[in-house]
Amino acid sequence: MSGLVAQILNGVQYGLLLFLISSGLTLIFGVMGVINLAHGSLFMIGAYVAFVVTGATGSLWWSLPVAILAGLALGAALERALFRHFYHREHLDQVLLTFALILLFEEGRSMLLGNDFHSVAVPAALDVSVPVIGGFSYSAYRLAVLVACLLIAGAMFLAIERTRVGSAIRAAAEKPEMVNLLGLDARRIHMLVFAVGTALATLAGALAAPLHSVYPNMGNGFLIISFVVVVVGGVGSVAGAFWGALLIGLVDTLAKAYLPFASGLAVYVLMAAVLLWRPTGLFARA
Amino acid sequence: MTTITTRGASRRGLLAAGGAVLASGLTRPAIAQGAPLKVGLMLPFSGTFAALGENIAGAFEMLLAEKGGRLGGRAVQVVRLDDESDPSKAVQNVNRLIGRDRVDALVGTVHSGVVMALVQASRERGTPLIIPNAGNASATRDLCAPTIFRTSFTNWQPAYGMGLALARQGVKRAAWITWDYAAGNEAGEGFRDGLRAGGAELVRELKLPFPETNFQPLLAQIPGLNVEAVGSFFAGGGAVQFVREYASAGLRDRVPLVGSGFLTEGTLQAQGAAAEGVRTALHYGDGLDNARDRAFRAAFQERTRRTADVYAVQGYDAGQLLSVGLEAVKGDVSAERELVAAMERARIDSPRGAFTLSPSHNPVQNIYLREAKGGQNVVVGVAAEALADPGTGCRMRAG
Repeated sequence: MSGLVAQILNGVQYGLLLFLISSGLTLIFGVMGVINLAHGSLFMIGAYVAFVVTGATGSLWWSLPVAILAGLALGAALERALFRHFYHREHLDQVLLTFALILLFEEGRSMLLGNDFHSVAVPAALDVSVPVIGGFSYSAYRLAVLVACLLIAGAMFLAIERTRVGSAIRAAAEKPEMVNLLGLDARRIHMLVFAVGTALATLAGALAAPLHSVYPNMGNGFLIISFVVVVVGGVGSVAGAFWGALLIGLVDTLAKAYLPFASGLAVYVLMAAVLLWRPTGLFARA
Repeated sequence: MTTITTRGASRRGLLAAGGAVLASGLTRPAIAQGAPLKVGLMLPFSGTFAALGENIAGAFEMLLAEKGGRLGGRAVQVVRLDDESDPSKAVQNVNRLIGRDRVDALVGTVHSGVVMALVQASRERGTPLIIPNAGNASATRDLCAPTIFRTSFTNWQPAYGMGLALARQGVKRAAWITWDYAAGNEAGEGFRDGLRAGGAELVRELKLPFPETNFQPLLAQIPGLNVEAVGSFFAGGGAVQFVREYASAGLRDRVPLVGSGFLTEGTLQAQGAAAEGVRTALHYGDGLDNARDRAFRAAFQERTRRTADVYAVQGYDAGQLLSVGLEAVKGDVSAERELVAAMERARIDSPRGAFTLSPSHNPVQNIYLREAKGGQNVVVGVAAEALADPGTGCRMRAG
């Protein structure tokens, strides 16, 4: 029994991290219709920012604001220079563009920082094990990440549901032509959404760095599972990404614990089932 | 990027090269003693395993330099080829070395998927092959061949040593945790066999898909297993994270973590305090108290400005083994029977300690027990003495 409780906690913690990554992916797709394969690379960039800044300052704390600012700036620059010209192109063109970005980011990372594996130290204040249940401990940092993810999810919900900018973003996601009718500047909204989506990915990378280490191509695995989250939750829906991420996190964790022979398969079976039952995902607005 | 050079082989070029190889194989021209002997080093010089490839190649070339650049009386020319640890390019890369560069012998590689192309080529064309790392069992088990040798290990060997050492310390019940892929599963068999040989039991295998690093669901099961130790096979970044998470889950002080040596090989600095005291088993380690090893490490450092490790040792010994074979045939690789016979009988004076080869051409070697202390894998004993891989399924013509 205590094992099950520990596993559920594991699942929730993993799911919340997946939410941070997939919320940006789903926002960008929902508002701009762009399939951003480079989203995993943005996650990797965040992790390397954490590695570099933590190395320079001796503390992970500084790397979190740096990762957010770097993500905002990088996202805005990418949107302005590249993605803006691809909103009305075919998905194949977008896939080629974002795949090229993966190669560029990986090569840049290789040239600047090499191909080694690095670990990032947990902040000293949180470098303790907290007994959770039945002789199984959780690092305080892992619990702090869990809380941070919940806070970010709450802030996103408030921003999207309760602010003017949020309603403009929702309008842009549902009926792009509405934005112009309402007299809003669609280009600004696009840049904002892209910047925020990128910053969410880089922040997730920085938060995850002490938990997952930092290594080449680390974003690829997260990209694939994030696509599963987005598809299950409903493309374009942040609430869908939240519940989808929790569902995928729990299913993946519990399958690993209790159905080890099917652990690699469980989330994909779930995705196939959801697609058969509700082809637009669990939370897509019809 | 190195890939550009590997694209050179046109279809016509391949056909011509293939024809040339066929012709030379049929006529077996007398070896011109003046012509250099070509050795193809197919290793990863870029990507995740680049450091391993550099150390293997550096040590092989150091051995050559010690022999004055000649083996069996013939000048040796080394052809380096970066295999990028990419299995999808492996066959093309091997064809390039054999077909275009016309190498007389092959040394490679690190990645166990890529090595299969080398094994295949050696089986089909009879080009002598020495494997300086890849530990997949089949190369010296069901796919063994007279011309295929290994100077490293099978995945089974270190894990067997670890299991045996645990059982001898009085552990009765242990669990195994690994990625669900060939290397992890072969090591798991070794761990189980080693435990059994000492009268202990492997009660549970925990696996996650390669190369995932979400270890939490597996770690949370360990307290409920009622085991006295947990054995593991991870390498590289996965090993770094696994050892750290094992410690932060509060398990390290309650259920000791042990493993096949790769768990802490080249990763100790990144693992930091979490690895302190972790015991592993491998055919090499720090602080082996022998003059041969001290001299080797000093010379390697002097020549390459890199620190010698188990990979350098394996590369150096690949050179030593090839040297023994070529001395016996005076540099004439076409005398395959004599070449193979001499290499089979070889006793290699390795920095790891002298070793011989098993009937399936894999080292019969000591597996050392090491303990991670202050960033080094310090040898604290011998886990299994003169351990041979069982070589199950290897059928070679006798002699």
